Amino acid sequence: MLKPYKGDLHNHTVLSPCGDIEMTPSFYVDAAKKAGYSIIGVSDHNSTRQCAEICALAREKGLFILTGAEICTKEEVHCLAFVDGEERLALLQEYLSKYLPPIPNDPEKFGYQLWVNRDEEILGEEEYLLISAIDQSIDEVERFVHLLDGIFIPAHIDKNKNSILSQLGFVPFDLAVDSLEVSKRCNLESFLSQNSYLKGYNYIHSSDAHYREDFAVTACNFYLQSLSFDEIKMALRREEGRYVEII
Amino acid sequence: MTVKEVVEKMGLKVFSGEKGLDREVLGGYTSDLLSDVMGHAKEGEIWVSLQTHKNIMAVAGLKDLAAIVLVKGLQPEEDTVTVSNEEGLPILGTDEQCFEFTGKLYALIHN
Repeated sequence: MLKPYKGDLHNHTVLSPCGDIEMTPSFYVDAAKKAGYSIIGVSDHNSTRQCAEICALAREKGLFILTGAEICTKEEVHCLAFVDGEERLALLQEYLSKYLPPIPNDPEKFGYQLWVNRDEEILGEEEYLLISAIDQSIDEVERFVHLLDGIFIPAHIDKNKNSILSQLGFVPFDLAVDSLEVSKRCNLESFLSQNSYLKGYNYIHSSDAHYREDFAVTACNFYLQSLSFDEIKMALRREEGRYVEII
Repeated sequence: MTVKEVVEKMGLKVFSGEKGLDREVLGGYTSDLLSDVMGHAKEGEIWVSLQTHKNIMAVAGLKDLAAIVLVKGLQPEEDTVTVSNEEGLPILGTDEQCFEFTGKLYALIHN
């Protein structure tokens, strides 16, 4: 028996330079619970360092967090990547740190890159500019994420910047995506009528929140047997009856 | 002017697609957004870019471009080379950056 779980997979926190200072762990968990969400994805630009704190707080409150990042590939395609468990998250972080170019951030220009605890005390700061592209191709990122049994979703593919369509012209036929994401304002039906070769893929849409007012404004229902990483991944891949419904 | 003449005059490296070196060069187009190249590049142009993903071959084939030049010493991915050889659409290389190379290519084609 499948049950719907309300989720939104693409959200930035205070850690993203473009993420508002008020996008803190306690806000995330309280606002998501209040709006009836069961699943929230934490996807800062090229860093996973805010995930652990949100995850710990969410666990106490019965909210499921997908931990990962919004990775910018060397083609400047934004892709959501999520992995299960602390060990794999550490491996993903190691990979991102290894391939992020060492360009110092200028907080005055780009914004602060801090991560904080539930009491909004600063835990650390990312030194290098997180909105750069990492030195790995989209194929390499896909392979690495799947090596970690993770979830790989090219982000906001309907947008005319930093999307797989803007950067690479079309979705490579042999790229192993678990779903494709469209932005919250996209009308999927008319998008697919203009891109009919993309009809065979599975889709989500997300808030891509950077500010409190953008958080939890859109959702998908994940039809699962129980709430776990593997069940969510199956739904994104439409396996064994699980599926995602855009609402 | 053929692709081969451009290679010789500008000292370019030929990575792949040698069969296409006698293609006629009608102009050039410089862009790293494949969606932009799909929309605006014209048949017979040499495409100057730093994108190395194999989608560049599909776009170049679709638009019937003369060749692709990778700048800044960048190398094509392995599967990009495979498609280039299959289709006889050359991938060339230069150590120069985009601005310098495009300027020199413009001068060569339009003189």
